[in-house]
Amino acid sequence: MTRQPVIELKELQKVYKANRRRQSGEVNAVNGVTLEVISGEFFGLLGPNGAGKTTTVGILTTRVLPTGGLALIDGMDVATASSAIKQRIGVVAQANNLDRGLTARENLLFHAAYFGVPKEEREKLANELLKRFQLEGRANEKTDGYSGGMAQRLKIARALMHRPAILFLDEPTSGLDPQARRTLWDLLGELNRKGQTIFLTTHNMEEADQLCNRVAIMDKGKVIAVDTPAVLKKQVPGGYLIELRGRAPEAAAQELATKLRALPGVVDVSVNDDLFRLYAGHAEGLLAQAMHLAGQHDVMITSAHVAEPSLENLFLYLTGRSLEQ
Amino acid sequence: MTNTTLLALLHRDLLVARRELGTFILRVALQPLLFTFIFGFVMPRQGLVVQNYTNMLLPGILALSMTLSGLQAVAMPLVIEFGFTKEIEDRLLAPIGISGVALEKIFVGMIQAIIAGLFVLPLAWLLIGRGLDLQQTNFVLLILVSLLTSWLFAAFGLLIGSIADSQQVGLMLNVLLGPMIFFGCTYYPWAGLSAVPWFQIAVLINPLVYASEGFRAALTPDLPHMPLWLILGALVGYSLFLTWAGLRFFRRRAVD
Repeated sequence: MTRQPVIELKELQKVYKANRRRQSGEVNAVNGVTLEVISGEFFGLLGPNGAGKTTTVGILTTRVLPTGGLALIDGMDVATASSAIKQRIGVVAQANNLDRGLTARENLLFHAAYFGVPKEEREKLANELLKRFQLEGRANEKTDGYSGGMAQRLKIARALMHRPAILFLDEPTSGLDPQARRTLWDLLGELNRKGQTIFLTTHNMEEADQLCNRVAIMDKGKVIAVDTPAVLKKQVPGGYLIELRGRAPEAAAQELATKLRALPGVVDVSVNDDLFRLYAGHAEGLLAQAMHLAGQHDVMITSAHVAEPSLENLFLYLTGRSLEQ
Repeated sequence: MTNTTLLALLHRDLLVARRELGTFILRVALQPLLFTFIFGFVMPRQGLVVQNYTNMLLPGILALSMTLSGLQAVAMPLVIEFGFTKEIEDRLLAPIGISGVALEKIFVGMIQAIIAGLFVLPLAWLLIGRGLDLQQTNFVLLILVSLLTSWLFAAFGLLIGSIADSQQVGLMLNVLLGPMIFFGCTYYPWAGLSAVPWFQIAVLINPLVYASEGFRAALTPDLPHMPLWLILGALVGYSLFLTWAGLRFFRRRAVD
């Protein structure tokens, strides 16, 4: 595997001007993002909806013009070398943008034809991909009747038809049922193992954790952490997260928080309205102790939840908000 | 690569258009043929219009059918592809400039407009039948006017398809096409408007006028028509302007 950056973002910015028709104000969608993705990497951009992930992918795939900073693919500026860059990238957008006028097979064949792939080669490749993505049976149908998972697989197959150096996927599994999601994960993992560089956005921390070599966590237009999932998870103090929801007067809540902080193994405690978050090195026994303390302070716990070390915990720790919010 | 891409895009659009041939023919031919039937077949037999009115009518009908087909062939799919289905995205990612994708749309519109003309002209001729005198037809001018008309209205379609969203496009076409058709010198010659001088000047803003008069100049050169320099100048001028505006708005819609 050659270790050279294929994607470089330097202080990338995108400001959407206020739009009176849409009644939207000025939006700083991407606000100074600096990143590097290396050839052969499976890179994930993780963040909640509205974090600026789609805009970032939009810039990298020539569909959005940056308003500041630099985005390079293979050393070429996306804002100026768009035709050359389009040759190198395959794009799987979030929406189902399959060609409704064509059959599934034609979707693949025409895509390759746009890229000048010779006829024999594109037919061979289309057959291969249809088989590998389990779409052979309905390849000659139009795609209106396709399920979400099938449409998604076809979109990926289509993006691969011109053998792109980098595959971009924007929220590829959102809206899919767990089984379809699992199938897609296997497929993407296999592609990457065969050397395909993949850049994926997701708000699903499990997806980022399972698939990606490295993950950048994005929030409000900024990247707030980048590393391998393992290293990122270690950044959460303690690693484990215990969440307790309980009703208590303000003073009692603060007192309880102080006591909780003193429990063995607890690294940090945050209180947000009725929600207590304990970051701890272990979870065993701690929940019972915390519940016991809550009882002593007349705090009625209405729900309790223990989470293992995860990227979700890190996001919570860094932003105070959940990825799903 | 650019040419290969352009040809593949063209191939795609023509394949899809061919699959919808039935609706295509209905869309472009129904209205002109109904008009031809009433004005060119029924009314002359009732004695309501003079026999050689049909000589005035045929060029206008041809202009109208090419106009409608060129405009709709570009605007309608574009509105859907940009809006609801977003299916244009895959073509915007083809290794060609954004303008290339837009120009391809104009080519497709031109081809469809010319096919519509080739379809409507003989049918209308058959409907009107005898009494129609096309002996003097200037074929070079006919081809030139056909090309310019199809270009003009395909470019117009590009502009509309790039501006309108799917909720507006029906209204937009209604508001636009109604006045354009009735004030477009399709059913009456421009020269005859000297009876209403202000109207004769006002309709000059309508690009369809030049298409109708252009076909009149080509098919029935002996009958009164607008001067050629004005016809060709306006057709070229409008085509260039609408292509420029269409590309500009297409780009604005395609790239954020």
